[in-house]
Amino acid sequence: MTYTKRFDGRQLDELRPIEARVGVVPRATGSALFKIGKTHAIAAVYGPRELYPQFLQDHQRGVLRCNYNMLAFSGAGERVRPGPSRRSKEISMVMEKALFPVLDMRAFPSTVIDVFVELIQTDAGTRCAAITAASLALADAGIPMKDLISSVAVGRIGNAIVLDVTKEEEDYEEGMADIPIAMSTRTGEITLLQDDGLLTKEELINALGLAKKGCEDIKRVQIQALKNKYKEEP
Amino acid sequence: MIDITKQHILTTLSKGSREDERAFTAYRPITVEYGISPKSAEGSARVTIGKTEVVVGIKLEIASPFPDRPDEGTIIVNAELLPLSNPEFESGPPSVEAIELSRVVDRAIREGKALDFKKLSITPGEKAWIVLIDIYPINDDGNLFDAAALGSIAALKNAKFPKVEDDKISYGHLTNQSLPLEQLPISCTVLKIGDSFLVDPLNSEEGQMDARLTIGCLEDGNICALQKGGNAGLTIQDVEKMVEIAQEKTQELRRHL
Repeated sequence: MTYTKRFDGRQLDELRPIEARVGVVPRATGSALFKIGKTHAIAAVYGPRELYPQFLQDHQRGVLRCNYNMLAFSGAGERVRPGPSRRSKEISMVMEKALFPVLDMRAFPSTVIDVFVELIQTDAGTRCAAITAASLALADAGIPMKDLISSVAVGRIGNAIVLDVTKEEEDYEEGMADIPIAMSTRTGEITLLQDDGLLTKEELINALGLAKKGCEDIKRVQIQALKNKYKEEP
Repeated sequence: MIDITKQHILTTLSKGSREDERAFTAYRPITVEYGISPKSAEGSARVTIGKTEVVVGIKLEIASPFPDRPDEGTIIVNAELLPLSNPEFESGPPSVEAIELSRVVDRAIREGKALDFKKLSITPGEKAWIVLIDIYPINDDGNLFDAAALGSIAALKNAKFPKVEDDKISYGHLTNQSLPLEQLPISCTVLKIGDSFLVDPLNSEEGQMDARLTIGCLEDGNICALQKGGNAGLTIQDVEKMVEIAQEKTQELRRHL
């Protein structure tokens, strides 16, 4: 069974329209808005700042703390119950792991860098959008980074491998696999890899190749967003 | 201990001036944007007042009506003070500040008869629409109360009923039927610091206030809700003055819808 024509008319290897902007939360140390199709994420970074309770402090390096949250009205169906869920806690944790490799936290001992990401509207790929937005917000905050992290979900739908899956594709009746991926495209280092669904090894390798291409495109938009901030200022 | 910040604000105000050089009863620039989450929410809006930004979304559900009001639907207002929007906000269960914010917005909408609850009834005694209003600050640069109230009304204006198939809501598929919005209550919060009254406070002004009064007004200028805050009392003359300011300012805010 084949999935050759995508529901929204995109090519199999085509991203949805992307928009990125930094400095969207003036009170934060750094912030970013990242839109990919109808999935919209806002990230804000606070810190490095003192970490309490004190026993959480690490005197060798700073602590990165991510918080992923969907606004109550941003789900696909019924209202999402506010507050942390098992899902949001897991996503917050994998976000930390996805971003950590490009940060040098030894520069900020005993402190915390808080990253808050809020989803305003969702159409799949929310953890990837959250990571991409968070990475931009960290850069906007002036945190030294080895590279930006870019992230996108690849899917197997039928036997096609497609870039940047939508909700409609996630719900594809005849089976699919959803593979969120984040990477530092400069080194090719993959910092997030998850999979929900059946895949052959070849399909996974294809998926990773496709994700790299997608992440490279996303990174160009991220870099442009950072540059735009300084262009716009008088 | 002498509070230097308070002293500074009082001195500035006594010269007839504010930190950002606004007149005491001038709002910062206001924008209202509709449909900021059209894929997910049944209605939504973003309000900015200066650098303060608040988003509000509406979700609709079908539930049994309250036994004492079998032929009415209802609203539920919730506000969460996101740690993303202010370094002083913390994650966790709703703070008392968040609860107050949601209840003050709820009161203006409920008591201002913004929605005709009877028209939210589907089958009396069995089914009615519940309108869930969720408020989130994105950047708190002061005056969340007025931004949240204005945003809630804007989101209600933007909302459409979803399609219903076999008694189940088909989320993501909207009808073109708007909610039964009969009145547009608007809130204005007036602060008292020393002998001065001012609207649209910045964070720094909120931190040094003696008292505040949030006043919900309808189009004809009548009051539909009040909430006093702050540690100092107000005289009758104070209240009168604050209401007059709110009546004038809510007309101005209303023009942004």
